[in-house]
Amino acid sequence: MQYENEARVLFTSKSENERFARVFIAGFLTPLDLTISEMTEIKTAVSEAVTNAIIHGYEEKRGNVELFCAYRENKVYIEIADSGSGIENITLAREPLYTSKPEMERSGMGFTIMETFMDQIHIQSEEGKGTRIFMEKTFTKE
Amino acid sequence: MELSFSKKNKTVIIMVSGEIDHHTSKELRWQTESAYIDMSVKNIIFHFENVTFMDSSGIGMLIGRYKQLQSIGGKISVVSANEKITEIMQFSGLSKLIPLFDTIEDAFSYTEGREHHAV
Repeated sequence: MQYENEARVLFTSKSENERFARVFIAGFLTPLDLTISEMTEIKTAVSEAVTNAIIHGYEEKRGNVELFCAYRENKVYIEIADSGSGIENITLAREPLYTSKPEMERSGMGFTIMETFMDQIHIQSEEGKGTRIFMEKTFTKE
Repeated sequence: MELSFSKKNKTVIIMVSGEIDHHTSKELRWQTESAYIDMSVKNIIFHFENVTFMDSSGIGMLIGRYKQLQSIGGKISVVSANEKITEIMQFSGLSKLIPLFDTIEDAFSYTEGREHHAV
């Protein structure tokens, strides 16, 4: 698909880069004049996916996280990918309150938040290879 | 993220400024736990008026404190959360465990065990 505008960034899987990912996506989407609510929802979904890559994909070891974002007409497209451990059971991972890391005070709400705040979410994952999360959101256009 | 702590009766009021994510929630947890012990209090009020962002890491941190306080009969509440944080706390079910209040007075009445009117 030919997007109207797109950007891709690769960053180290350090927790301080969760904020960087939110600032990056907010900066990229600035020309779209999204509502504050739409922008917060997208930033939150990105933060969840990037956090998953850092905690679950790489288990806080060093790796690269890729963030791709694009827009066309009134739709935003986002991909977040890691080359980490992959998700063993995607159906279970998507269940509200399920977490594989309760000892780390994870709430198990990451995917639920992504699903609530974005219109579509698709997860591709292979054990030992990594995870790629695709998300889409239609925004209100004046 | 910046934090400030004050004590009233048996409650510590924690004023949080900035963003709560996986990166900052670890410090928030650690500072909250040490203030809770140092101030010898029973309850916690998180004042979120200046919190501009919170994701599921914040939910995890709040549930963790709820569990710790529950075992010793302490109460925990959140004041002045913005619209999106309120929404996250409501659809995750967290607001049933940790009530949300508009004013510090209402939150204080709740934690200290008097009448309260949750949002």
